[in-house]
Amino acid sequence: MPLAEKILAGDIRAAARLMRDIDDGFESAHDELKSLYPHAGKAYLIGITGPPGAGKSTLVDQITAEYRKRGKRVGIVAIDPTSPFTGGAILGDRIRMNRHADDEGVFIRSLATRGYLGGISRSTGDVALVMDAMGMDVVIIETVGVGQDEVDIVRMAHTTAVVMVPGLGDDIQAIKAGILEIGDVFVVNKADRPDADRTARELGAMLDMNVRKDGDWQPKVLKTEASRGTGIDLLVDEFESHRSYLFGSGAIDRFMAEKCARIFMEILKERLFAEVMMPLRADGRFDCFVDDLVGRRTDPYTLVDTVLAERAAIREE
Amino acid sequence: MAERTLRVLVGKPGLDGHDRGAKIIARAFRDAGFEVIYTGLHQTPEQIVSAAIQEDVDCVGLSILSGAHNTLLPKVCQLLKEKNADDIGVFGGGVIPEDDIPGLKGAGLKEVFTPGTSTEDIVKWVRENIRPRA
Repeated sequence: MPLAEKILAGDIRAAARLMRDIDDGFESAHDELKSLYPHAGKAYLIGITGPPGAGKSTLVDQITAEYRKRGKRVGIVAIDPTSPFTGGAILGDRIRMNRHADDEGVFIRSLATRGYLGGISRSTGDVALVMDAMGMDVVIIETVGVGQDEVDIVRMAHTTAVVMVPGLGDDIQAIKAGILEIGDVFVVNKADRPDADRTARELGAMLDMNVRKDGDWQPKVLKTEASRGTGIDLLVDEFESHRSYLFGSGAIDRFMAEKCARIFMEILKERLFAEVMMPLRADGRFDCFVDDLVGRRTDPYTLVDTVLAERAAIREE
Repeated sequence: MAERTLRVLVGKPGLDGHDRGAKIIARAFRDAGFEVIYTGLHQTPEQIVSAAIQEDVDCVGLSILSGAHNTLLPKVCQLLKEKNADDIGVFGGGVIPEDDIPGLKGAGLKEVFTPGTSTEDIVKWVRENIRPRA
């Protein structure tokens, strides 16, 4: 039986296996995803992002507990970095959330970035799709610890929460160009720390400077203490307010159009690249190209022109 | 065909609070190019088995220093079997008397590492004995 059928019948191992096939780039995963696609599209995707050590995983653990209390099934995709040197990774987000491991209403998957930039892995969207098709009501995506520019999550999740901590001080100035633009909700975690109010005020002041039209979503700054579970119910209420705004204002239509367009273009790019690249690697021409480039006998623009011209000629025949 | 990356779960079952060894092993596996899911301290066998299944790991390494190895390690093997997941190999390490090792292997552990084993030896054993499941 194909994995997709088993997944729709509730087989957890099949779901875990398909996620592996997606992550490992197996072509067979495409057919399974085709079968699952019509069954997805119901889950609400929440992105949690912020710098390393801000408490993202602990927050995800608490948000999960809150959604479980509200009777929702929760999928979690937690991403940690891959070593650029060995390709290995330590995926440690589960440490904060493994109390949910044997809850049948929760499915947690850890992913490594595997060289993908942008704060998530290449497989993240499709792994979330599998969880969606499994019938998860909410899928929470926790990015790697981010700095300034890893903002892919905002194009994937319906609601993005940016988690900050007190004590970043002047650093707030430095990060405002990137991260302050992508949050639908801002969280000041570790709010028991002395500087928490100041951090929340500074964030709020910065957000007030954003130009917004009447009826646009106005992000709020909320304070939490994830390790004690303080402020989590209000945070989840805020996620739900943002969801109501998206669907009530029609903003969801533009979001989905942009998201679908981006997913199509990414798959197209990847498949076209593979189609062109595979024969070049197979017959060794790619290695010759590299040699010629290193020896400066030609330039990369000419080589790409040549390859594309050859393809056009083949198609005309 | 694309290649599989080996995925390993490192777990600490039961009530002991020392995970320096587990972290060193996790780090050695990372350096060997594996993806290591570390689940942290104080895990029940049920939590470890659920995590292993959700993460689709190829093997589970359990570190235990509490003396409860004869109860907890076979329990993990038994639960994996009950969930039809005993193709996921289990190995253990920690303060485990030689006399207990045959019993543990009989209960399904593929290998038991005792204090003094080098991380190189453990990585080598994993490479030779654990294949990413097709």
